[in-house]
Amino acid sequence: MTAALSAKEIVSQLSARFPGAIEEAGLDSALVKSESLPAAAEYLKTAEGLKYEYLNYITAVDYYDYFEVVYMLTSLEYNRSVTFKVRCYSRDNPSVPSLTGLYQGADWQEREVYDLMGITFEGHPNLKRIFLWEGYNGYPLRKDWNR
Amino acid sequence: MTTTQELTLKTEPFVLNMGPLHPSTHGVYRMRVTLDGEVVLDIEPIFGYLHRGIEKLMEERTYTGCIPLTDRLDYASAMSNNFSYCLAVEKLGGIKVPERAEYIRVITAELQRIANHCLAIGAMLNDAGALGTPFFYLWRQREKIYDLFEMLCGQRVLYNYMRIGGVSQDLPDEFLPAVKKFIPQLRHFIDEYEFFLKQNEILIARAKGVGILSKELATNYGISGPVARASGIRWDLRKNDPYSVYDRFEFDIPTRENGDCYDRYRVRMEEMKQSLRIVEQSVKQVPGGPFRTEVNQVIRPPAGEAYAHIEGPKGELGYYIVSDNSIAPYRSHIRSTSLINLGALRQMVKGWKVADLILIFGSIDITMGEVDR
Repeated sequence: MTAALSAKEIVSQLSARFPGAIEEAGLDSALVKSESLPAAAEYLKTAEGLKYEYLNYITAVDYYDYFEVVYMLTSLEYNRSVTFKVRCYSRDNPSVPSLTGLYQGADWQEREVYDLMGITFEGHPNLKRIFLWEGYNGYPLRKDWNR
Repeated sequence: MTTTQELTLKTEPFVLNMGPLHPSTHGVYRMRVTLDGEVVLDIEPIFGYLHRGIEKLMEERTYTGCIPLTDRLDYASAMSNNFSYCLAVEKLGGIKVPERAEYIRVITAELQRIANHCLAIGAMLNDAGALGTPFFYLWRQREKIYDLFEMLCGQRVLYNYMRIGGVSQDLPDEFLPAVKKFIPQLRHFIDEYEFFLKQNEILIARAKGVGILSKELATNYGISGPVARASGIRWDLRKNDPYSVYDRFEFDIPTRENGDCYDRYRVRMEEMKQSLRIVEQSVKQVPGGPFRTEVNQVIRPPAGEAYAHIEGPKGELGYYIVSDNSIAPYRSHIRSTSLINLGALRQMVKGWKVADLILIFGSIDITMGEVDR
């Protein structure tokens, strides 16, 4: 394994390249602005020395005040992982840019988040429910969902 | 003199619904297959028939109470699900696991991998048309592993064996001798089985070069486990992100280059041998001492989040758990291997015949309980 970068270094690289894109940086995760997500992800995926080509998972958490969409990326070449989060504050129409163009594996996982959490992914080619049926009322993983 | 007649047949694509209750769909899974004659043009996977909302159910149960739910995700390898979930909660709560428990976990997880691969290979061969015989040869070995697990916890399929901070009960006295006796038996069986199938003309004709998944595509889709390794991705979390005590054992990561159905079969065969190596080493090293850290039945991990993943039999199996310092997870997400591995199926089957579609689908090795959750 060649020299790997820590999450901190990645964050500083990202904020140098995309000023204002990182809202908050943790130990092994970073909070990214929704509109900067596709550009930041593309940079992480393609930049020499980073090569985060593998998308581990996408999920979302409902914190009442905001939704947090969580992404984990791995660089198979350098054996490093990084977690990214994006927040959306709207409850009526939360939306996040889609990553399907970069990672095809995002397709079904974004559909799952849409199905159960009700977050729209802009630019997703086929955003429809995946487990539940069309016409199902509500999004069960939301905290205010009522059966 | 007769003129040359146009003998081209006019065809048009038609849609065939396969499943949800088709014997080769490994559960309730449906494919809308668009066919041109016998050739697959496109498929649209439809699932969710087994969606029980386990992620939501976990929000209403105590951390320990969630363990039986994890059994019911990938019911062909319940032990691995227990393992991954417990690791995530332990990471969240900063709970140390005693050495003995770590070894017990490794032994059971590796036996579970062998049991899972027995099912995966057997079912794949079944789908290839080798009905019955090769399947039940493997099934018999799987039964022996299930007997061992029954000895441990009284359950054969859904174990609920692991606990946060260790395992539910200590190894019974007869367990380790039984495993020691089983290892050479199984090793002999695998060699014999391979001898039967390695050069089998029918298997090679059906599986070699069929359903190729390229390395680039596999990476892009987030494919993991034997499917990824058959496509040449040298990635195994036991080596790349060692958890538990896996860094203490010697074993190899079998990889193949072609990414076809045959390679996926071969990788699983090789993995069974490697798992046996790990079991053999760990059985010799099992230390004494407690099998569980004393933790409360009802725990309240500090607020925060954790993601723990293991190399499950099917690939990366992970749990992302958010705690708000209450007795139940605030949110838990299961990184389902089966769902993500299934994603690439559409790319793999285009241009193949219906019979190949069944085989390619079988070679991915999925469990619908894990896809739908």
